[in-house]
Amino acid sequence: MSRSVAGEISLLRMALGHPAFVVGFALSALFVALALLSFVWTPYDPTKLAIADKLQVPSLAHWFGTDHFGRDMFSMIMVGARVSIAVAFVAVGIGIGLGVPLGLYAAARRGSLVDEIIMRGNDLVFAFPSLLLAIMITAVFGPGAINAIIAIGIFNVPVFARLARGAALALWTRDFILAARVAGKGKVRISAEHILPNIANLLIVQGTIQFSLAILAEAALAYVGLGAQPPLPSWGRMLADAQTLISLAPHMALFPGFAIIVTVLGLNLMGDGLRDLFDPKLRRGRS
Amino acid sequence: MTAYLFRRLVSLSLSLVAASLVIFLVMEVVPGDPASFMMGINADPAAVAALRQQMGLDEPLVLRYLGWVAGLLTGDFGTSYTYRVPVSELVAERVVISLPLTLYALALSTLIAFPAGILAAARRNSAADLSVMGATQLGVAIPNFWFAMILVLVFAVNLRWFSAGGFPGWEAGVFPALKALTLPAIALALPQASILARVMRSSLIDTLDEDFMRTARAKGLSRGQALWRHALRNALIPVLTILGLQFSFLLAGGIIIENVFYLPGLGRLVFQAITQRDLIVVRSVVMLLVFAVILVTFVVDLAYAAADPRLRRARR
Repeated sequence: MSRSVAGEISLLRMALGHPAFVVGFALSALFVALALLSFVWTPYDPTKLAIADKLQVPSLAHWFGTDHFGRDMFSMIMVGARVSIAVAFVAVGIGIGLGVPLGLYAAARRGSLVDEIIMRGNDLVFAFPSLLLAIMITAVFGPGAINAIIAIGIFNVPVFARLARGAALALWTRDFILAARVAGKGKVRISAEHILPNIANLLIVQGTIQFSLAILAEAALAYVGLGAQPPLPSWGRMLADAQTLISLAPHMALFPGFAIIVTVLGLNLMGDGLRDLFDPKLRRGRS
Repeated sequence: MTAYLFRRLVSLSLSLVAASLVIFLVMEVVPGDPASFMMGINADPAAVAALRQQMGLDEPLVLRYLGWVAGLLTGDFGTSYTYRVPVSELVAERVVISLPLTLYALALSTLIAFPAGILAAARRNSAADLSVMGATQLGVAIPNFWFAMILVLVFAVNLRWFSAGGFPGWEAGVFPALKALTLPAIALALPQASILARVMRSSLIDTLDEDFMRTARAKGLSRGQALWRHALRNALIPVLTILGLQFSFLLAGGIIIENVFYLPGLGRLVFQAITQRDLIVVRSVVMLLVFAVILVTFVVDLAYAAADPRLRRARR
């Protein structure tokens, strides 16, 4: 069931007319652009210490000021965006890559032992306070960006497995799936060719929401010293550095915080917008 | 209801067994031998071996697991490697900070979210609704530890209304103790209140559209009366589920917030134990927190089933 070109164009037009989506998309795109730009250019070297310039307030030379080692905060935030986005992207990728096939399999073999095991395993992961297990994992396997990705990614697996299973179960009762079965297609093929494209919208919306949660989780892990390690800048650790100096240099706490808030806000607005745009009921109501 | 209760109890026990297995195994793969860690790098190998034996580290994995679980069941959580006191003592000292903090935050979150959500739903699409929705959108995007730092900056550093951290202990009196927990509780409550307000709003809006609401209006109740008498009670069910979930978020979120405010609660205990490789403490405290979360979920499920008989029959 591919959408027609005319449909794509009208969806695009509606997207541009949806303020939350436009604002959210712009904010998210801004940070992705900053992260990409940081690979080729930053105003200063974000790892270079310049003690003489330490704790400067924002100025034309240093837009966001400097930290206690004289590093340029704006450059650090640019590189920090790269870390945050990369960690969140891979963590959500793990969630989708493992969770969706598991969910689809559980739905195709509904009520089977495998279905039961998958769903109970999911219940178990949900029962853990996610932050606690993430802390435990990074504590055991050592702090670092890779382990942060794994710790955050694990919690995305059940989210997507449950979502995919629920949505797929509803589809399996539909006539077009029955037609595909009559045509002789196997369960795997039906899941890949008919179920997956029909739940893709849902997955995208959930993906943006999980992305924003992953950014918050990464910041929290980095804040307690379990995320990306120095000298790689990360928003969470910048905040940890700022904490003891908060009365002396509040700007050190403000800017990394704003970066997190704006990115998360942008992703959430974009997710809300996408949900509205993908929902056929709302779409009909709008036009 | 009995059959339902039995089924839920079985699944509760299975969850606990599975959780304990996961926690035990994860902590088993930690690199480094706790015995040699305790004795220091220059320790005599024979002494380390003796300590290993004393700590029971030479026993097979299965026996150690069973021993740990048996201990948990009888309230014996083992002895901390670094503090050299029973873990249960450490936990008892700390839980009197972490639990009140969690409940305080939960109360604040409810106190903020309920009026905000009800107001937004009752005046749908009004300026009040839009402001509530805008504020909640911002609230979920703010990391609680950052918000905590800003609270410290404003209310402790600049206004000097509160201290920037630490805990005087309950001996100092209820008021000073609660005062020390106030900023941490606000920091914890804000994102949860935002989520709760959104759930309250959408649940109430769904209920307001139901047929029985039209009936209530038709029999002569005003909009407000119908809302208070009929809609609210029905709208509360999903809200209570979220409230149960929030307990676990707050308990876990407390780990980070306790570090911001230097509160000697369970979260600081876990972090100190992690850096000191005090695995017995980490294992037991994590298990305890997971137990609390699973138990709360169980109680919420039961309350739910008691309120709505349809839920007792099937899970899916």
